[in-house]
Amino acid sequence: MSGSTILEVNNISVVYSDVIQVLKGVSLMVERHSIVSLLGSNGAGKTTTLKAISGLLKPENGRVTDGMIIYHDEPIHNQVPEVITRRGIIQVLEGRQPFKYLTVEENLIVGTAIRWGKPYKKDLELIYHYFPALLERRKILAGYCSGGELQMLVMGRALMAKPELLLLDEPSLGLAPMVVDEIFQIIRKINEEQKTSILLVEQNANMALHISHYGYVMENGKIVMEGPARSIVENPDIREFYLGMSASGQSKSYKDVKSYRRRKRWL
Amino acid sequence: MSFFFQLLINGISLGFLYGLSAMGFVMIFKSSSVLNFAHGELIALGAFFFLALVTWAQLPIAIAFLVTLAGCFALGFLIERIFLRPLIGEPLIYVIMLTVGLAAMFKGLMLLIWGGNLQTYPDFLPGFLTLQWDILNIPPAYSAALILGVTFLTVFGLFFKYSPQGIFMRSVADNQKAALSLGVHVQRVFALSWAIAALVAGMSGVVLGIINGINVHDLSSIGLKVFPVVILGGLDSLSGAIIGGLIIGLLETFTGGYLDPSLRDVIPYLVLVLILMVRPYGLFGLVEIERV
Repeated sequence: MSGSTILEVNNISVVYSDVIQVLKGVSLMVERHSIVSLLGSNGAGKTTTLKAISGLLKPENGRVTDGMIIYHDEPIHNQVPEVITRRGIIQVLEGRQPFKYLTVEENLIVGTAIRWGKPYKKDLELIYHYFPALLERRKILAGYCSGGELQMLVMGRALMAKPELLLLDEPSLGLAPMVVDEIFQIIRKINEEQKTSILLVEQNANMALHISHYGYVMENGKIVMEGPARSIVENPDIREFYLGMSASGQSKSYKDVKSYRRRKRWL
Repeated sequence: MSFFFQLLINGISLGFLYGLSAMGFVMIFKSSSVLNFAHGELIALGAFFFLALVTWAQLPIAIAFLVTLAGCFALGFLIERIFLRPLIGEPLIYVIMLTVGLAAMFKGLMLLIWGGNLQTYPDFLPGFLTLQWDILNIPPAYSAALILGVTFLTVFGLFFKYSPQGIFMRSVADNQKAALSLGVHVQRVFALSWAIAALVAGMSGVVLGIINGINVHDLSSIGLKVFPVVILGGLDSLSGAIIGGLIIGLLETFTGGYLDPSLRDVIPYLVLVLILMVRPYGLFGLVEIERV
């Protein structure tokens, strides 16, 4: 493993309840201080990959049956989340999952659970610096916040843990395009200023690749394509099936029925 | 009129005790969705533990009380460690049945050691706790219940509202998966909620023992009374538990005083039925925050 690699997922298989195989040999790498995006359609296994890394598979009765997940040169697969979070990997769950009956600030304080008892005032200021919208709403119950505010809240909550590697699961889910834009700008800013490495799972391939350094495409529990973000954006298949463009660069039209036929699986 | 005030004070003191022990019950339910059928036995255990310390070990009252609290806290912690932790991930009904088993076990243990007769503490409450205005006379046990009730409520209120550990506990009750993803020690939270529940149960056991005498059957049947209290207040509301406790306590003393002492165990359940018909989630049950 080279010195600049922080996380290496090496050919892992994941099985739920000992019978349902979801991942069939997934390998990926995250370089230090980089943003890596993991794309794919629904059910491809993106979220499962993140949960395998963060240890959240365990409560769902899932297990890494094969392969290794290596973080800072040590294997971490099948560890409990209490251990993995303390080593600096924090996952932001899909669908936001705030603590509805806690105020915004209390939600952020839960982010300090892994270093319980240490002062956190400075960190709160930093979060409010990145997400000024949260400062105005700090005394409000999280359940009453809007979707955009909640996405900022759960990202801020994860940042309170000062992660070295942040796993983001579909931050753009169900948000207005303007808000999505804002969220992605903040993700980029956090990566640049806090030097946090980010593994980003997204459906919004265009946005994700725009801010990423490297990208992977998953299908049916396998990685089917990888490369620098730029080269993935330019790949004709990706352009057609994920970005909604025809190979020549124009928006695709339904008149062009042939495009259906060109839909192919890589494997 | 003084009879009315007398009943009012008695009802409030009793209500605080019910509310406190119900609060322990609600805490376990909130953090791990487990209905603890052994709650009445925890109340009785606290009372007997204190009795043993005072009569057998001859400890001074204040020290005996503190040791009882510490012992109950440790007991709750151990129950979670030994009996409940192996069942994490199993269907909830197993865990609830386990608490039924625990109840039988503790009850048998107490009958074995102390027998089924009514026992009493030596008279130790200082005279200044007897409050007297005009013809109104508050027995020391009731004023002790009031003082303890208010103190514990304030302490736990502040703990849950402001201390990080309290906030972590509420976060687990709110969304366990999210709490896990942030590295909150969920099992430690479960253990702590059992420990605190056993502590408040034991404490209310001691005071109820002072008021009514100590008897295994009487004290553990208080555990049943916790059900109308928490269902009235809303199963998931800590402050609801206290207010539910106050309502049941007042109803009991007023029915006992004005109607018939033998009705005092019936009326609370009747009121419970009526209230549930109007508000099925209890008076203070969380109304789900729904985003539309």
